[in-house]
Amino acid sequence: MIDVENLTKKFGDLTAVNGVTFNIGQGEIFAFLGPNGAGKTTTVKMLTTLLRPTSGKIRLNGIDPVAEPERARRTFGIVFQDSSVDDDLTAWENMDLHGVLYDVPDDERRVRGEELLKVVDLWDRKDSQVKEFSGGMKRRLEIARGLLHDPKILFLDEPTSGLDPQTRNLLWDRIRQLNKSEGMTVFLTTHYIEEADLMAQRVAIMDHGRIIAIGSPAELKKQAHEERLEDAFLALTGKSIREEEAAQSAQMRGMGRMFGRR
Amino acid sequence: MKKIYYLWLRQVKKYIRSPIRMVAFVVQPTVFLVMFGYGLGSSFAAGGINYIDYLAPGLIGMSIIFTATFSGLEVIWDRQFGFLKETLVAPMSRTDVMFGRTIGAATASTVQGAITFIVAYLFGFRPVSWGAVLPAFFIVFLIALVFAAFGTILGSLIEDMQAFQLVVNFLVLPLLFISGAFFPLENMPSWLELIARVDPLTYGVDALRVLFADIGHHDLTVPGDTIFLVVLAFICIWLGGYFFEKVQA
Ligand SMILES: Nc1ncnc2c1ncn2[C@@H]1O[C@H](COP(=O)(O)OP(=O)(O)OP(=O)(O)O)[C@@H](O)[C@H]1O
Ligand SMILES: [Mg+2]
Repeated sequence: MIDVENLTKKFGDLTAVNGVTFNIGQGEIFAFLGPNGAGKTTTVKMLTTLLRPTSGKIRLNGIDPVAEPERARRTFGIVFQDSSVDDDLTAWENMDLHGVLYDVPDDERRVRGEELLKVVDLWDRKDSQVKEFSGGMKRRLEIARGLLHDPKILFLDEPTSGLDPQTRNLLWDRIRQLNKSEGMTVFLTTHYIEEADLMAQRVAIMDHGRIIAIGSPAELKKQAHEERLEDAFLALTGKSIREEEAAQSAQMRGMGRMFGRR
Repeated sequence: MKKIYYLWLRQVKKYIRSPIRMVAFVVQPTVFLVMFGYGLGSSFAAGGINYIDYLAPGLIGMSIIFTATFSGLEVIWDRQFGFLKETLVAPMSRTDVMFGRTIGAATASTVQGAITFIVAYLFGFRPVSWGAVLPAFFIVFLIALVFAAFGTILGSLIEDMQAFQLVVNFLVLPLLFISGAFFPLENMPSWLELIARVDPLTYGVDALRVLFADIGHHDLTVPGDTIFLVVLAFICIWLGGYFFEKVQA
């Protein structure tokens, strides 16, 4: 479904993505795992026609997004790492506009829009302008909006950062369900090792613009002779993740237990 | 088509919800009228024509190109707040994205032109015939379209707000002063008149002045002006689509 060969992006002297190669099968949930500045977002942007690659080959469902950006855009949906909602519009107007841009039929737009806003607990606030929302509420709107249509491929760039645990779990349930029923291919990036372990069938560990290991969580653990993916990550990158991330992932682990997921 | 309509609607809602912009719609032409009316009016009075009748079409043109060109700032704004990405990955052609934005900005600028017309009326401006007002507003819309597309193109090329403002002032002020908005083209040195010939506002102001005040430049005609503006609007929108296709985020 997604075929990437030798993909490279340079910003001046800095090589943000350095000769990356991977393939994602139809219906697969695939995770990019890596520290800040690894090149995850840059890769996603090249796949989604927002950035022009310096070199390399991309195929989305057989379509080259560089040569045929408009056709490529019809195959995917995306939830960005940073905000992309319009602050002056209301929550509902943001949903509605998105639905129109993505060719969701009128009644489906209404039914699903309502359902999703209820799921993320924003239905009561649907007529408030987004600028009145808290950071987490904006994030939840962003997620709900991203799920309004069923693309063949869904890109999620750090979808759970800034989300409360309830919404996080809702998101994952929803994604699993869409993945099962619609055979949707999911490409997600994350800092959370637990999340990759939990959700993804295959994981690529990225650091300094390169993929340093790729495989199922079990394979990665085996490759690094470690029991836990986190230790595998440390063994493979040969360095510790930043303290903040370590703390977050410890918190995730706690949450995982709390929700009986580990 | 529906997508373009929704993008247009978004733009219009944003204008209506911004009290500052609504106030600016009225304040801007009032300030211009007071400035130019009292400043230049006295020196012009000797000519025999009512100066406000000469000036009003120029002022309408001026208020349109300011509102329209500066609407390019909205592209930069949307880039900074992130919404631009939402439209850039949407399954539609970027030309349509660009067109939706341009139509939205052109609508706002046409409203600006109408408000300037009303303010000028309050200051004593009287169009020669009310029948010409409707065609005049078609010209107003064309000027708005050309400069909104122009502003949107600049907004897609320049990422920095200050730089945008600098560039726009640098381009718009000369276009304004050589357009004949404030003084007749006839007295210009020939090299300047040559530049005036490629200034879209020259044609816009000429058409407005003929329709509103029945004063025109000797070798320009309203149909000619209209054709020039229509062709230019198409070129600008096509060019905008081309540049929008290249936008990265
Ligand atoms: N537009 C840009 N111009 C210059 N450098 C950039 C640009 N975008 C990204 N970079 C650089 O590319 C590198 C990779 O950035 P990227 O955003 O892809 O990282 P990431 O893996 O998504 O990190 P994070 O986990 O923090 O989101 C960084 O060093 C960053 O500074
Ligand atoms: Mg990132």
